[in-house]
Amino acid sequence: MSDPLGGWTLEALGEPGDVLPVVAAPDAVLSRAGAEVDPTDPKVIRLAADLIATMRVSPGCVGLAAPQVGVPAQVFCVDVVEHPKTTTVHGTFALCNAKVVEASRWRPGREGCMSVPDLTGDVKRASRVVVEAVLPGTGASVRLTTDAFEARALQHEIDHCAGLLFLDRVAGAHAVYQRKVYL
Amino acid sequence: MSELAITVIGHDRPGIVADVAEALAKLGANLTDSTMTRLRGHFAMTLICNGPAPPEVEAALEPLAATGQLLATVREVRPETGAASAGVPHLMSVHGADRLGIVAAVTRVLAEAGGNITDLTTRLAGPLYVLIAEVDLPPGSTEAVAARLNEVAAGLDVDVTLRPAETDLL
Repeated sequence: MSDPLGGWTLEALGEPGDVLPVVAAPDAVLSRAGAEVDPTDPKVIRLAADLIATMRVSPGCVGLAAPQVGVPAQVFCVDVVEHPKTTTVHGTFALCNAKVVEASRWRPGREGCMSVPDLTGDVKRASRVVVEAVLPGTGASVRLTTDAFEARALQHEIDHCAGLLFLDRVAGAHAVYQRKVYL
Repeated sequence: MSELAITVIGHDRPGIVADVAEALAKLGANLTDSTMTRLRGHFAMTLICNGPAPPEVEAALEPLAATGQLLATVREVRPETGAASAGVPHLMSVHGADRLGIVAAVTRVLAEAGGNITDLTTRLAGPLYVLIAEVDLPPGSTEAVAARLNEVAAGLDVDVTLRPAETDLL
């Protein structure tokens, strides 16, 4: 299989990042559309490293976006490697300025969010997407095709970067639930 | 037979639905549409049924209410006229810091636009207030209603999203 990340690894981000506090709704930063960033800006590279560090210490966390650590910017990280619903997987990576350019095969699924810790919701997402973005550190452009759980995680994080939560996309008046299981 | 609107609410415990449904079944009262759900530790049942006159139903539910744990009401209602809504189904999400008047303000916008709410739930989770409504809106009104909702939401410091509901069938 070709590597759409073009050999990008976490080494592109330099030193491991710091674990940052995660903000929760109704914090205003979660509702603001994030700005596009320069993926080679040292601050952006550091932010990507911090997001990955924070994701890694958070149980069950499969993705984290910059607004969730209080920064309104289009940067997020994803790692669905260990999730049972994963099919295609690109490992642990971070993206900047990501956009969904193709979306198909819409499926419902239950989502939670570290920034909405007490609720979950049913959200219909494309189970196959093509995402275009740039990589932090190298600044290289990527075009990522993925499916299933990784596709859902990418759409959830791209929504965060646009100031949207899963609550803005739930499938109906009875599609929001009190969380029963905390990982 | 009468068409009856019945509400039952009380502290949640196992067996409320069974107790109420059993009492109604013994009277020959047939449940039609209902919602039954737990709201912050209270169990709430709202149901329509076809059955005997309200006093008889009230008497049957009386033993359940006698402990003070359940509150039941029974009213006779007119059967639905069957006029189908001409509206276009939409979903509205509202979320933000809890404060007085969010539901009143956003639903007033929908009402003024001729919108008819068909289902609505709210959740308070810590400081976060969430409202999800299903609403039928007059055809072609989506953009104007969304714009007005955004104005009102900005005043309340909450976020609102309005989108057409999916109506595709299998």
